[in-house]
Amino acid sequence: MKRKVIAFVAAALLAVSSGSLFANGSAEAPATEQKVTELQLWTWRPEDVDFYNGLIKQFEAANPDIKVTQNAIKNTEYNTVLASSLSGGSGPDIFMGRAYGGLLTYVQSGYLEPMDKLYPEVKNYSKGALGGASDSDGNIWGLPAVGQTLCVYYNKKIFEENGITVPDTWDEFLADCKTLKAKGILPIANGTKDGWTVETLLGVIGPAFYGPDFFDDVVAGKTNFLDPRFIGAINKIHELTPYMPDMYTGISYTDMQTSFINEMSAMFLGGSYEASYFKTQNPDLDFDIFPIPGTKASDPKLVSVYADMNWVVNAASQHMDADKKFIKFLASKEVGQQIIDKLQMVPWTPGVDASSSPFISKVLELQKTSTPYLFLVGFRYQQPTGSSLWQAAGQGFMSGDLTAEQTAEQVQKGIASYYKPFQK
Amino acid sequence: MQIKKKTLRKFGTVSFFVLPALIIVITLIVAPLLMSMFNSLFSWNQMVRLDFIGFDNFKALFTKYPYQERFFNALKNNAQWFVMTMVIQNGFGLLFGYLLSRRIAGSEFFKRVFFLPVLFSIVAVGFLWGLYLSPNGLLNAILKATGKPEWQQAWLGNAKYANNALILVNIWRWVGFPSLVFLAAIDMVPVESIEASLLDGANSWQTFWKVIFPLIIPSLTIVFVLTIIGSLNVFEQVYCMTGLDGSPNFATDTIGTLFYRTAFGSVDAGNPEIGMGSAISVVIYLLTFCFSLISIVTTRSKEVEL
Repeated sequence: MKRKVIAFVAAALLAVSSGSLFANGSAEAPATEQKVTELQLWTWRPEDVDFYNGLIKQFEAANPDIKVTQNAIKNTEYNTVLASSLSGGSGPDIFMGRAYGGLLTYVQSGYLEPMDKLYPEVKNYSKGALGGASDSDGNIWGLPAVGQTLCVYYNKKIFEENGITVPDTWDEFLADCKTLKAKGILPIANGTKDGWTVETLLGVIGPAFYGPDFFDDVVAGKTNFLDPRFIGAINKIHELTPYMPDMYTGISYTDMQTSFINEMSAMFLGGSYEASYFKTQNPDLDFDIFPIPGTKASDPKLVSVYADMNWVVNAASQHMDADKKFIKFLASKEVGQQIIDKLQMVPWTPGVDASSSPFISKVLELQKTSTPYLFLVGFRYQQPTGSSLWQAAGQGFMSGDLTAEQTAEQVQKGIASYYKPFQK
Repeated sequence: MQIKKKTLRKFGTVSFFVLPALIIVITLIVAPLLMSMFNSLFSWNQMVRLDFIGFDNFKALFTKYPYQERFFNALKNNAQWFVMTMVIQNGFGLLFGYLLSRRIAGSEFFKRVFFLPVLFSIVAVGFLWGLYLSPNGLLNAILKATGKPEWQQAWLGNAKYANNALILVNIWRWVGFPSLVFLAAIDMVPVESIEASLLDGANSWQTFWKVIFPLIIPSLTIVFVLTIIGSLNVFEQVYCMTGLDGSPNFATDTIGTLFYRTAFGSVDAGNPEIGMGSAISVVIYLLTFCFSLISIVTTRSKEVEL
């Protein structure tokens, strides 16, 4: 009896799975069921989950045979999670990759599929964009996504109410800060608790004083970080301390953002990546940007620029055809346009019209007189990275524990320990 | 034959209970330790293992800039953690444990209050104390309200105070643990011994040091060893409050954060260096092992038995 029941159940299951039982005969089953390919997409932007989900929806509508799942990991933990996952032989199919040295980590470990193979049109991207996505042999490993520009954000309302205009010289800038402070307004929101924001300070202020040639000179080893141009630039940063918050060494990045977003301070020294967050947190915030002016009004107003992010494909991905399609989609002008409109960021996508966003147009205008973001672009290939050296030494400098010369020496000593052009 | 069957059955029963724990210990503790030792003997390119280089990673760690500078700076900070925790946390732990053992009014309440922070999540503690110690935080507000505005500081942003601030927060969190351990130990001391010493005319101070203290040395050993292990493995508190780079200017860097940064890399600190990271982890293990051993041996020699 027992055996009979089992046999019946087994037969029923077989019938159900083959679709013969309960079939009404009218519905035609597809000859071959369409196979759905699942792609894993990793980003370090939990802030932009909705944006990427929007893109995924558009992509899936056009490619019903591909399903993309997004996984957003906190920026500061992204590298670790990704590295351990890739080294374990798994990981996402497509993911956000850093630029410059941060990208080459994965290239050297053999984790990336060459982008010029997946998407040959990537060669049409600008030189600045490809600089952050290529190795020294000119192979392209990533699809350049966005570029960043470092500048000063200012609250237009506070400037107008206090009769302040965008400064044309460094002295005018300091005078503006003084006026604001006298009126009880915090001129600059920035603090130095988070090391990387100290690098941002250098990126915003430095170029106006170390000039347009310093980057190339120092990378080529024609000079080093003990150059008076560099030390002079460091000293300029310190001139801002009276106009930064009380106890600015304890002010974190989020404190800075909160202060500017809530109109508790007049200026914020930061990157073009801040704009969309400012806007979403306080839609009424009326802000604009300007580059730090030099000593004379006729000096070129230089800003630091860098490639921020590349889309890359895992060499171990099992779905190269689907990956190709998704990369092609990410490289499309439509996506580029949405990056401008929704993220307020500057896409590298060639031929995208930025006129819809006055902010992006302004950023593109500033980029015309730019220099590469010193440590990120030039000195993140070996350890200790220029960034980590500057961030620590910069914190020591800003708190008054180190002089500008000692700060420069700490950076120089660290980089000279491996950088051949400094060892001659 | 019968005996063999019985032994087999016994072996099976014992294995049934021991195996799960053994598997966990082997996969989560022994295997990673051996892997680290193995990995530390190789040169690495990012995440790919290359050539066998013997002890070169260790040599570089102790002699080559910048590893040497970073390592000894971090070790100095760990030493500070150890000394302050040993003196302040365990000192207060002993005091609280003794006071609680005297069954003064409210002792049951305080027993719970002291232990409560131990149960808090370290991330929550780090986050909240990060807020309290910020320039506009609770501590500075209290200093201002009590007429001491000149004492206000950027507690976590100033290299002079940052490491001490982290250690004190950790002490706040953990002081309940030694308190309870000492309380339990003091409660185990026979009442007759204490009464005898009091009848002999000893005061409370003498009774404590001459009678109670020698009898609670085994629990002191446990607390000492745990303090050593804890101080050498400091990581979460620093990570939550001042970040992986041990900012400002490496003032709060510990060998734990140095290891993590080196082995796994970070956005700013750069690429992972698995070989060097493994070497640091092996050194952390050896330091913990040696110091714990020394502490056990030295305190055991002072133990007395009734």
